[in-house]
Amino acid sequence: MNIVVAMKQIPDLQQIRIRERKPVLSGVPLTFGLIDKNALEAGIQLKEAVGGNLIVVSAGNEELEETVKEALAVGADEAYLAADNALAGLDSSQNAQILAALIRKIDTPDIIIFGEGSGDNYSGQVGTRVAEILGLPSVAYVSRIEVKDHTARLVRSLEDADELIEVQLPCIITVLGDINEPRLPSVTQVLKAGKKRREVFALSDLGIELSAKTISTISDLAPVSQRKQIAVKSLDELLNVLQTEGFLRR
Amino acid sequence: MAGVLIYSDKQNISLELLTAAQLLKNGTGAKINALTVNNDEQAAILSGSGADVVYKVTDADVSLADSNIIAEIVKQAAEKAEADIIFLGSNRRGKELAGRLAQKTEAGCLTDVGGLALEGGTIECTRNSLGGATVARQQITTSKKVIALSPHSFEAAGSAAAGNTLELDIMKPDITSKLVEVKNRSADAVDIQNAEVLVIVGQGVEKDDLVHASAIAKALGGEVACSKPVATDKKWFSEDFIIGLSGKQCRPQLAIILGVSGQVQFTVGIRDAHVIAAVNNDENAFIFQLADYAMVADSKDVLAGLAKALS
Ligand SMILES: Cc1cc2nc3c(=O)[nH]c(=O)nc-3n(C[C@@H](O)[C@H](O)[C@H](O)COP(=O)(O)OP(=O)(O)OC[C@H]3O[C@@H](n4cnc5c(N)ncnc54)[C@H](O)[C@@H]3O)c2cc1C
Ligand SMILES: Cc1cc2nc3c(=O)[nH]c(=O)nc-3n(C[C@H](O)[C@H](O)[C@H](O)COP(=O)(O)OP(=O)(O)OC[C@H]3O[C@@H](n4cnc5c(N)ncnc54)[C@H](O)[C@@H]3O)c2cc1C
Repeated sequence: MNIVVAMKQIPDLQQIRIRERKPVLSGVPLTFGLIDKNALEAGIQLKEAVGGNLIVVSAGNEELEETVKEALAVGADEAYLAADNALAGLDSSQNAQILAALIRKIDTPDIIIFGEGSGDNYSGQVGTRVAEILGLPSVAYVSRIEVKDHTARLVRSLEDADELIEVQLPCIITVLGDINEPRLPSVTQVLKAGKKRREVFALSDLGIELSAKTISTISDLAPVSQRKQIAVKSLDELLNVLQTEGFLRR
Repeated sequence: MAGVLIYSDKQNISLELLTAAQLLKNGTGAKINALTVNNDEQAAILSGSGADVVYKVTDADVSLADSNIIAEIVKQAAEKAEADIIFLGSNRRGKELAGRLAQKTEAGCLTDVGGLALEGGTIECTRNSLGGATVARQQITTSKKVIALSPHSFEAAGSAAAGNTLELDIMKPDITSKLVEVKNRSADAVDIQNAEVLVIVGQGVEKDDLVHASAIAKALGGEVACSKPVATDKKWFSEDFIIGLSGKQCRPQLAIILGVSGQVQFTVGIRDAHVIAAVNNDENAFIFQLADYAMVADSKDVLAGLAKALS
């Protein structure tokens, strides 16, 4: 069975500083989004349960070849990458076209696992867009995966209900951030990661005509906080505050 | 301007979408269309709340759990209504639908949109990016647009003159998934997004003191909520009570936040509160930057003291 996991390279959010309300991205190392690490872990667990080959797909700039070692160390067997500096700043629809083209290069993908949302933009649309492009069934917000006899039994967790769904493979799923605890690689795994197979494509190798951007960003600024920041020194002062702000109606 | 179509299977969300659609109508004259699937009651309510036309799909074979079929139905309704703009709810159901639908209709798509404005006839959306560190203002540049609006970002539409209701016949694609079982959750049915006052506990609060948090919330007519690890690691609350990026975004009149460090993924869920009071024993905690009232103290003392004073 071929298990495919889509992982997006993003700037390490913990290291982004804000200067004059603008995020400073230069010098911030790239890593995979946290939920994408859950997607990878879900792929590894599935492989442990039913056997197969685990392939990571990703689109990003040329640093991706380095970033992907993280995923290969943890447990992916190989990687299919669209790594091209022309791919910086793509929108979700363009990302989906590229990922679909990458997935088409894989012989018989059986289950393709996405995160519910990327680490930086968290729009949650790339997985279902890819499903539509490839004409595959999809189930999002999955919290449990079981595969047997070419059928996936999945639990989709909505805000107010859990749905047990059956779909035939091949299919696309997106997983929730709390589906599992991602494991860390051992030192030997890290050392071996560099030797695993990586198929790297430039945009021109993919044989697709990317459609134009669909989104334009006018501004992207840290919100201004206009809070009073008044120090409260005692419980009595706190009660006073609640009184004057009108929250103690008695 | 072309028309707008709204769809959410949740009645309260669909009423909020109507309010957002009204904004477009006021600015551009866009006609407001609504869609309901196997829900006559919702159709009647939307028709009486400002939708010019409600398209009703009635088909027992259609399951809301099959996002491909629902996306196909929404697409056909939008074609019928000549609506280029589709508003969905940005709950999980709506976001799952959004990507599929946008791809089917060759639309640009934004999700988790918290605000809409018309700038020279163009719709400008605001949404969080970089995990909530920044707020992006974005426009969709394609003529077809799918916009998923965060729940509670708009007031629910009130009643208005009745519009038309039409049955819509649809061409159904093949069924690709089977819904085997549904288990409803949310046994206690508290929605922290509706609370006027929230007492929010983080990892700096001890389990024994939760009774005090509840007592304070009750005395102030509010609810208790929590940071993510308090629900997902400590499991003191269900995930319905999480404030933040992966939980709920709330705008209460008052938030009393205790023992929360104030990481951006948390603050994004509460930064629109009217008044914020924060308690933390670390005077440098980030949460104080967000506070109107900042109290450096042990959460244990404050919780016990406030509960007593308010009882
Ligand atoms: C600061 C900022 C500014 C931006 N500015 C613009 C702009 O000006 N114009 C514009 O069009 N867009 C802009 N974007 C959005 C764009 O870069 C999206 O982040 C990107 O297209 C991917 O979509 P998404 O993050 O919404 O993915 P989601 O739909 O949230 O991702 C879901 C899942 O899809 C998979 N996935 C997504 N992308 C990839 C990938 N590249 N490789 C492998 N797997 C992937 C992962 O499994 C992920 O968990 C901006 C984003 C940010 C953070
Ligand atoms: C993709 C992603 C999504 C996330 N989504 C969310 C989300 O939706 N919601 C969320 O909350 N988090 C979210 N997080 C996690 C977030 O980054 C923080 O880790 C989390 O908010 C920390 O919770 P906390 O403040 O309760 O705990 P901590 O960070 O451990 O902070 C505890 C605080 O309590 C204080 N304290 C300790 N003892 C006392 C005492 N006796 N009296 C008073 N104060 C005391 C400490 O000084 C400290 O500031 C997300 C993270 C990621 C990466």
